[in-house]
Amino acid sequence: MTEAVVVDRQFDDPLQQRKASDLGMWVFLATEILFLGAMFVAYTASRIHHPEAFAIASRLTNLTLGSINTGVLLTSSLMMALSVRSTKLGLRTASIVFLLATAVLGLAFLGIKFTEYYLDWRDHLVPVIDFAHRGPHAGEIETFFYLYFFMTGVHSIHLFIGIVMVLVLAWMAWRRHYSPDYFTPVELGGLYWHLVDIVWIFLYPLLYLVSRT
Amino acid sequence: MWNFPLHPPADTPLATRVDHLFYTWLGLAGVVTIAVFFLIVYFSVKYRHGSKADRAMPTGAELRRESHRIEFAWIATPLVIFLGMGFWAADLYYVHASPVANATEVYAVGKQWMWKIEHIGGQREIDELHVPAGRPIKLIMTSQDVIHSFFMPAFRIKQDVLPGRYTILWFTAEHPGDYHLFCTQYCGTDHARMIGHVVVMAPADFQKWLTGGNAQQSMAEEGAGRFRQYGCSGCHGANASVHAPKLEGLFGRRVQLSDGTSVIADERYIHDSVMLPRSQVVAGYAPIMPSFQGQIAEEDLLDIIEYIKSLRDANPGLVK
Amino acid sequence: MSTLMLPVRGNYLDEGFSLWSWLSSVDHKRIAILYTISITMFFFVGGVAASLIRLNLVTPTGDFVSAETYNKLFTMHGVIMVWFFLIPSIPSTLGNFLVPLMIGARDMAFPRLNLASWYLYIGGGLFTVGALIAGGVDTGWTFYTPYSTMFSNTHVIAAAAGVFIVGFSSILTGINFIVTIHKMRAPGMTWFRLPLFIWSMYATAIIFVLATPVLAMTLFLLAIERFAGVGVFDPALGGDPLLFQHLFWFYSHPAVYVMILPAMGVASEIITCFARKNVFAYRSMAFAVLAIAVIGFLVWGHHMFVAGTSVYSSIVFSILSFLVAIPSAIKVFNWTATLYKGSIHFEAPMLYLLGFVGLFTVGGMTGLFLASLALDVHLHDTYFVIAHFHYIMVGGSVMAFLGAIHFWWPKITGRMYSDRWARFAAIVVFIGFNLTFFPQFVLGYLGMPRRYHEYPPEFQVLNVLSSAGASVLAVGYLLPLLYLLWSLKYGPRATANPWGATGLEWQTSSPPPVDNFASIPIVTAPPYQYEPPEGPHPNPSAGQKGEGSEGAVGARDGLS
Repeated sequence: MTEAVVVDRQFDDPLQQRKASDLGMWVFLATEILFLGAMFVAYTASRIHHPEAFAIASRLTNLTLGSINTGVLLTSSLMMALSVRSTKLGLRTASIVFLLATAVLGLAFLGIKFTEYYLDWRDHLVPVIDFAHRGPHAGEIETFFYLYFFMTGVHSIHLFIGIVMVLVLAWMAWRRHYSPDYFTPVELGGLYWHLVDIVWIFLYPLLYLVSRT
Repeated sequence: MWNFPLHPPADTPLATRVDHLFYTWLGLAGVVTIAVFFLIVYFSVKYRHGSKADRAMPTGAELRRESHRIEFAWIATPLVIFLGMGFWAADLYYVHASPVANATEVYAVGKQWMWKIEHIGGQREIDELHVPAGRPIKLIMTSQDVIHSFFMPAFRIKQDVLPGRYTILWFTAEHPGDYHLFCTQYCGTDHARMIGHVVVMAPADFQKWLTGGNAQQSMAEEGAGRFRQYGCSGCHGANASVHAPKLEGLFGRRVQLSDGTSVIADERYIHDSVMLPRSQVVAGYAPIMPSFQGQIAEEDLLDIIEYIKSLRDANPGLVK
Repeated sequence: MSTLMLPVRGNYLDEGFSLWSWLSSVDHKRIAILYTISITMFFFVGGVAASLIRLNLVTPTGDFVSAETYNKLFTMHGVIMVWFFLIPSIPSTLGNFLVPLMIGARDMAFPRLNLASWYLYIGGGLFTVGALIAGGVDTGWTFYTPYSTMFSNTHVIAAAAGVFIVGFSSILTGINFIVTIHKMRAPGMTWFRLPLFIWSMYATAIIFVLATPVLAMTLFLLAIERFAGVGVFDPALGGDPLLFQHLFWFYSHPAVYVMILPAMGVASEIITCFARKNVFAYRSMAFAVLAIAVIGFLVWGHHMFVAGTSVYSSIVFSILSFLVAIPSAIKVFNWTATLYKGSIHFEAPMLYLLGFVGLFTVGGMTGLFLASLALDVHLHDTYFVIAHFHYIMVGGSVMAFLGAIHFWWPKITGRMYSDRWARFAAIVVFIGFNLTFFPQFVLGYLGMPRRYHEYPPEFQVLNVLSSAGASVLAVGYLLPLLYLLWSLKYGPRATANPWGATGLEWQTSSPPPVDNFASIPIVTAPPYQYEPPEGPHPNPSAGQKGEGSEGAVGARDGLS
């Protein structure tokens, strides 16, 4: 037995509190899926209207960096899962190391993503600010890049929030807040991190791989 | 002041049929609503607190059986009625959405805040639509700016009018008269002033109106002029040196596109080919046509489309 | 275990009197009161806009305000009434107050989230009010593109930002309700012992969490498109204006059910209480609200029958719209059947709710007209639609909201109001409402379009009638404000259960203590076990009535 688990006044016992938090997180994730889902609907509708332009445009994205980033993010999810497991087993040091690894990989993803943004800017592919693509379908290609920046931007914001959250979790773990009796925040953080990861798993083929054969 | 209508005039066969649907619904809704009101009042009086009414109720299994029977009845009955009425309404809607083949075409362009109408013969009018009685009319409509909606209450029909695409509305007015025309999709400051008249005339009067109208030339002739004015003939004309698709015999044919797909060359296709030429490039041609987006008014484009339509039978087989 | 022993504390109103004690309270009952005060203020702002609209429509030439002002007025009326009054109305006030009390919990599962949702609501409200003060918005509450993205010269982005923010307030409330109802029920409170109000809150919460995010993303895309000039909605940019309508109505049609489902829950509570009778067909009532919430997600296309979508999709949406009407019809019939062989009392809450059933029936039946494709082609965007949805939202939701406020007022404030005045107000509201909105059905069939600043002169008589009715309605809405406020100071003290109702909320004192119950109740019977006043007694062991009765609800004394 480590320190006593704090139960908020509205709950009967720690189990009820944990189950409530779990369900709350799942409902929140459902909300997130609908939020991002609307964005995917906008993408799909635009692509149905302009299939050719979207095919050309997706070939202008940086496949190498996008693929590396997919690997980075998948690995970070593994780290997150290992951290949740370590916390449940009471392996405090391992848990902190895995959390920090998750955060570092998240930051690496953002670093690569912004490198990509920079390269896009150099190639004059940033709508509104500097878009100078010539040739057929220029307008629709701009729409694609608008969606590209919008969707990856929304994803990056989510990821940034995730990184801050993971760092807070690591700090709290270092302060010995979690134990095999109480690990709800780490578990919920893990759920959120995996959602952000899964969103990228959809973004990557839609933006990078479409009609690249 | 006290002379006001409770029922709008109905002047097409469809309008009469829609009225039948409406009054059937009104009857059904009236019966249900009056029944609910009556029962509420009746129960409220009969079973008011302290009244001596008999309140013996079945219990246990008997109560459950009873209430299941009642529940089934009032799920099934509305379901059957609703679906029946729904199919009736869908059938009429299908009529509304399927214009007859021999309808006379009239073009309409909505722009903040007026309706511009143009007849095939080149007669233009604003906020007024003159049509002959007894002949089917098909409106081909588009918008220059925001979404509008073309509503003729006497015909019980309306259709949203969208920028960047054509929508249609058809009707056969029966009797000469002067009817309301409203814009029903909110379109900005003077939305309420985007109204006008539909003037239905006896066919002879309509002929007189057509010839006495303001038309110098037909839409197609007008379009031929626009075709030169906007420089289209420089590439698409008979003597052009640029390699551009020929337009004779184009309208209504299937066109192969450079991406391997094909489309029917209708109003929408021609419209998009002028406004967004690079979205649908004809197979075998370079995408060199400039966009006319923002440079050509929708009503001028309608003239050009009518001109291209008039080339329908000119020299088929040149454009694939 | 000591965590279960609750110290006996005073009622929640005496827990602190400073402004800060209210603004920082995580007690669901205090948050409910914060919400009640704020939505009442928004209701009267929206009401003033409505009054000015009706005043302008007295003459066919619209002499009272200019067209620009008129457009801003109906936009302001719509935006405020939809997002700042109707959607949060019953869930955020009575839902917040009653959900934990009705299921036997000490508070919501996430009290801090609950307070955060109120702050988001206020934050969104400030943005929107800011947009209105800065000059207004003229797009209509529907923000249709490309008018909103390219052509309107008003403060669209600020207004959309306000709605965006208030959407997150709805989402937080929804998450809280779902988790609370799933995980916080008292021992013995099984799903089919839940009061129907809880079922309606549950269905509402599902819509909150699944529909609102779509609106948020849609408004986000709209704001960027307006700001940056690239996007997916404007055909001039290669976009599709119907895409916006699809996304908007995917949210906004379920949102209509957010407005009416809570009212249905209230009706089931109040009608059973004043008929002293169990609700007819409890299970079908519970499944009906869930069915409405679920099918409600599949009918958005019926707002677009004349928008230029395909004939076949319209037919599918039309059939689904008829299907969603079935559960509503069941509910109306079941309420009516609940009165049968009851022992009916006619205090003010009952009058409001009988009015609700009648007006909701009219609103629902006219909805069927609009679901009928060919008829909708004629009626779409006319005053018929306006009359229809006001019968649902004002005749339905607002009547039920007022009835609910009157019903639970003694519980919330610990005071009784004048029932005589309240019954008078209920009748005034009912008459004023019908005078205002019934003529609009006729206007709609005649073809008068909505959002018209001026209109052809033959529509004047009906418009004057409607405006006259609106003035009666306004009086009806001001009366409760006066006598309810009066009761706060001069009203007699309320007992724990002044109506002799069965719900758990009536088992605790009025007003309730901070943690709701002296000890968490144990539930042993379904709701609404009103004892028949005369006639045979079907199930003596389950019957119970009045305050202090321990028949169905025992007390768990600091056990285990």
